[in-house]
Amino acid sequence: MRVARRLILTGNDATAEAMRQIAPDVVTCFPITPQTELMHKFAEHVADGDVDTELVLVESEHSAMSAAVGAAAAGARAMTATAANGLALMWEIVYIAASYRLPIVMPVVNRALSGPINIHCDHSDTMGCRDTGWIQLYSENAQEAYDNTIQALRIAEHPDVLLPVMVTFDGFILSHTAEILEGLEDAEVKDWIGTYEAKYSILNTDDPVTMGPLDLQDYYFEHKRQQVEGMRHAPAVIRDIGRAYGELSGRSYDLFEAYRLEDAEFAVVALGSTCGTTKVVVDELREQGTKAGLLKIRSFRPFPEAEIAEALGNAKAIGVLDRSISFGAPGGPVHKEIKAALYGTGREIGIVNYIYGLGGRDMSVNDIKTAFAGLEKVAREGTPDDNIRFLGLRGEGGV
Amino acid sequence: MKERGWTEIPPGGIIEEAGNAVAYETGSWRTYRPVWDSETCIHCLRCWVACPDSSIEIADGKVTGIDYDHCKGCGICSFECPVDPKAIQMKLETDIAKE
Repeated sequence: MRVARRLILTGNDATAEAMRQIAPDVVTCFPITPQTELMHKFAEHVADGDVDTELVLVESEHSAMSAAVGAAAAGARAMTATAANGLALMWEIVYIAASYRLPIVMPVVNRALSGPINIHCDHSDTMGCRDTGWIQLYSENAQEAYDNTIQALRIAEHPDVLLPVMVTFDGFILSHTAEILEGLEDAEVKDWIGTYEAKYSILNTDDPVTMGPLDLQDYYFEHKRQQVEGMRHAPAVIRDIGRAYGELSGRSYDLFEAYRLEDAEFAVVALGSTCGTTKVVVDELREQGTKAGLLKIRSFRPFPEAEIAEALGNAKAIGVLDRSISFGAPGGPVHKEIKAALYGTGREIGIVNYIYGLGGRDMSVNDIKTAFAGLEKVAREGTPDDNIRFLGLRGEGGV
Repeated sequence: MKERGWTEIPPGGIIEEAGNAVAYETGSWRTYRPVWDSETCIHCLRCWVACPDSSIEIADGKVTGIDYDHCKGCGICSFECPVDPKAIQMKLETDIAKE
């Protein structure tokens, strides 16, 4: 029988532990709250000789991603980590990493984008770069941040995918809160992720290639289509690797988690740490006889549209929780995807969008109860005119 | 060169074949053509050193001509030419076409 390696770690330390066990060839490092402790811890592992990674201290996030791109282009396993404005600063190169098909893995500790300046959790950072061509895996807790980081390596490096992966977890709520989790043994991680042989290396003088050439009207379009293909292969690969990880660890992963959803009439869709709180509310409502359920999205990119539409099949009303705003758009990013997924299925389901938790505003059990309570009327009367709601907002329009 | 479809090319814009720039005939970009005069040229090779497209043709340390398939007509060769009058003169392609 497997003896669990019990750890008490914050989300940051759990991710640093996963990175130590992965032992990437190169990690590029620039601190930003609330990611700082992650890199602090990993740098400590390097300084203590617990891992032989080449740690490259750079002068900005733009350089952190640039150096990771350079290392990955040379065929190295390269990682970095960031949050919020750091992600915004590296944006240009984030897009380039995906375009060059470099399997970089980057934990992102979700934090509100400035301004006004704020260091606490929301998803405006990673939602803002949902179209950069990176795979995005959202984590509910520190255990998932640890597990997703390890799985991300194999997903990114899979020859059918060859795309970089962002592993996200909520700033402070997860990054700075200690949890009990189960870690794998170093040797288990090492064997499971195996070694990485890049097909191309910019440093291979025996078989020289050009990377990053000018790509104009004649071929750029074709290269974008190739990226689409990598993304199309990703769902099956994420699922296979999630299953294989289950065999290793006892914790299987899928593209999303359907929590008490099968016969649910009132469904909430969410991602990140709020899913844990929502599960508590679902259990409570179920005890009271309300058929409540949760669809927790793990893979937002790729977005498993058909599977999600099917999983929401029995819902009479859906509440979509968004921890970011898409200004000027009809609802938050998750809301729009859910609506698009249901379009053409022939089902008329009332949907409301709850924007919540911006800048770290607390999302309590009572807030989620409010969201569920609002769904009963939506089930009766369909999607209301005021279908974009602001949960926990003070003043007019807040619920 | 026949342009290939998205399933027929390496990923991420990678070019697997080294030195294939020779197949890309950038000479068609040219507005001004460098016209070399073998009579006045002193074969100092400044033009050969300065040319960004390796378009000055030489043999045995002497200029023999200009590769018009690749010369973009930037004019650096003529600018650097120390002879007076210059052994490389820039002439409008449209004027040459009229001649």
